[in-house]
Amino acid sequence: MGIESHLGDNILTTTLTTMVNWARKSSLWPMPFGLACCAIEMMAVVAPRHDLARFGAEVFRFSPRQSDLMIVAGTLTYKMASVARKIYDQMPEPKWVIAMGACAVSGGIFNTYSVVQGLEQVMPVDVYLPGCPPRPEALIHAIMEIQKKIQKESL
Amino acid sequence: MNNDLIITLIKSSLPEAIIGYHEFRGELTFVVKKEQITQVAEFFKKNTELDCSYLSDLCGVDKVETEGIFEVVYHLYSIRKKHRVRLKVPIPAGNPTVSTVTDIWRTANWHERETYDMFGIRFQGHPDLRKILMPEDFEGHPLRKDYPIHGRQPATLRNVYRKDEA
Repeated sequence: MGIESHLGDNILTTTLTTMVNWARKSSLWPMPFGLACCAIEMMAVVAPRHDLARFGAEVFRFSPRQSDLMIVAGTLTYKMASVARKIYDQMPEPKWVIAMGACAVSGGIFNTYSVVQGLEQVMPVDVYLPGCPPRPEALIHAIMEIQKKIQKESL
Repeated sequence: MNNDLIITLIKSSLPEAIIGYHEFRGELTFVVKKEQITQVAEFFKKNTELDCSYLSDLCGVDKVETEGIFEVVYHLYSIRKKHRVRLKVPIPAGNPTVSTVTDIWRTANWHERETYDMFGIRFQGHPDLRKILMPEDFEGHPLRKDYPIHGRQPATLRNVYRKDEA
């Protein structure tokens, strides 16, 4: 049938950490936090052309309680900061964060009175994804970097 | 109505209220005295020839450095007659107040709140003149030229959301 016919009656050994991390990274459930045009690129990533399902992270949940990867896509304003933090706090551990786009990374071109100059002022960030906006391929790359990071974590 | 007819009508009907007018690329602008803005706005809406039933925008301009004034700008549109007119009202920077037009165009309510929030121009007679965009505890009016361009309140949010972290 499948690959198991080639393995025969055998035993595979691994570590629990490897196993758990493999499961976690292969089934990321992103929490989309779209704030600006970056969110359009984020939507494209789950659409057929880019198909995030190939990387096991296509199950976008609009409930933070069912998510473990927060993608902050766009310009974070002072007024929105408390909302972003509240969503982050509502996500169960373990959780990871991508700051998507120049604005989320550093405030971008908006060095003004109303824009937060970098998401890391509000929550810990795992991957910074530059671009204005980043291409969908770039977001896929960011998610793959998160997966690499998860694989290296200890329980 | 074309611009020339509007100019003739306004000149004959409201000679006292108009400081001046100008045209640029087919756009017609009247400069209106602050004291008469309610009267002028009402005329533009109620006059059957003008019929400016729609206030498409109301905003502020900071000209304090150059002319010592703020300006409130009204963009009017007639849905039936399909013409546009702009009204500009200069108001002294020392006492930035002007009468509301919310009882003429209800849509002015939020526009005037925004103009108040951004420039600190107070609209007398407004039913609910509160901030609309900025947080409630924000001090100052960010679109004023004397507001610092990087005037974030507070300067960083790290001490608000991440102060407990190592």
